[in-house]
Amino acid sequence: MIFFDLFITFFKIGLFGFGGGYGMLSLIQHETVERAHWLSTAEFTDIVAISQMTPGPIGINSATYCGYTAIHNAGYGHLMGILGSATATFALVLPSLILMILISRIFMKYMKTRTVRSIFTGLRPAVVGLLAAATLLLCNAENFSTPKENPWQFFISIALFAATAFGTGYLKINPIRMICYAAFAGLLLLY
Amino acid sequence: MYKSLFTTFFKIGIFTLGGGYAMIPLIEEEVVNKKQWASKEELLDLIAIAQSCPGVFAINIAIFIGYKLRKVKGAVATAFGTALPSFLIILAIAIFFAAFKENKVIAAMFRGIRPAVVALIAVPTFRMAQQAKIGWTNCWIPIVSALAIWLLGVSPIYIIIIAGLAGYLYGAYKSHEPHKPLQP
Repeated sequence: MIFFDLFITFFKIGLFGFGGGYGMLSLIQHETVERAHWLSTAEFTDIVAISQMTPGPIGINSATYCGYTAIHNAGYGHLMGILGSATATFALVLPSLILMILISRIFMKYMKTRTVRSIFTGLRPAVVGLLAAATLLLCNAENFSTPKENPWQFFISIALFAATAFGTGYLKINPIRMICYAAFAGLLLLY
Repeated sequence: MYKSLFTTFFKIGIFTLGGGYAMIPLIEEEVVNKKQWASKEELLDLIAIAQSCPGVFAINIAIFIGYKLRKVKGAVATAFGTALPSFLIILAIAIFFAAFKENKVIAAMFRGIRPAVVALIAVPTFRMAQQAKIGWTNCWIPIVSALAIWLLGVSPIYIIIIAGLAGYLYGAYKSHEPHKPLQP
């Protein structure tokens, strides 16, 4: 059943999503796009864009959006879609609720020990790998088109990728502003 | 009190753009300066711990504060408050976006936005690599992880579990040989 599957999926994402919003992206992408096929790569990219431009944590945003879209794509109406959103978001928050309460009650004093530190000497570099994998998986025809299918769109896409990387990475332009520029460029050049 | 917990974190949820870490100054202003629910040192402690926990960073902080003040009910109030603004906004967008996606203007804008978003994910990869102190000795960890996920379709969850376990075992092994110098 799709609601149960949504719950389990986002519970897993909440339980194993280390490394903040970006670290979590790789998990969300793998579970919702690659495994369950609830979203296409383009839809996932759109969610990331919308999450950047709206307030709130990206994990909550994508759980809400994905919950609705997965149910909607399965052929249900708005009301069931809203229920799907609530299911996914609740499932994402539940592990945090359990873990943080356990830590507050029992494990607070263990959180700064050498053991936890050494776990993170392995985790931290792996999260970098997760993010790299998310980037690589997003570099596909759905987001960039291909030189064969539409050379003009492919060329513009590469240029927009490079401009955004340079703009946010080097010139420190605000990502939201950069998304607006890209939307404008898309409207002018890719209409 | 629950209402105050809820509204404060609702405010924190609604006024933060750009994800978890952008919330820290706002949380400090509301929780430390205005409401005095925690001291600045306590909050810094909680931030450090929340960073080493899985899940949504802002939600984790909210739960810590809520639980500290009013136990489980407080934690539920703050978590709910933090999540609700994004939930409502995104739900509205999800419902309306489904109708506008076929619109030619919107479609053209998103064709421009998508490659930009990929860059927005690529850039923090390098920033995180710096923060994680990736060098010649450990650069194989992100490379192997990324290739396993990208080419072999391995679930990132397994990568997380293996990396955590390996870090733990490495730490345990090193603490048994305290005099052995670190390999360069």
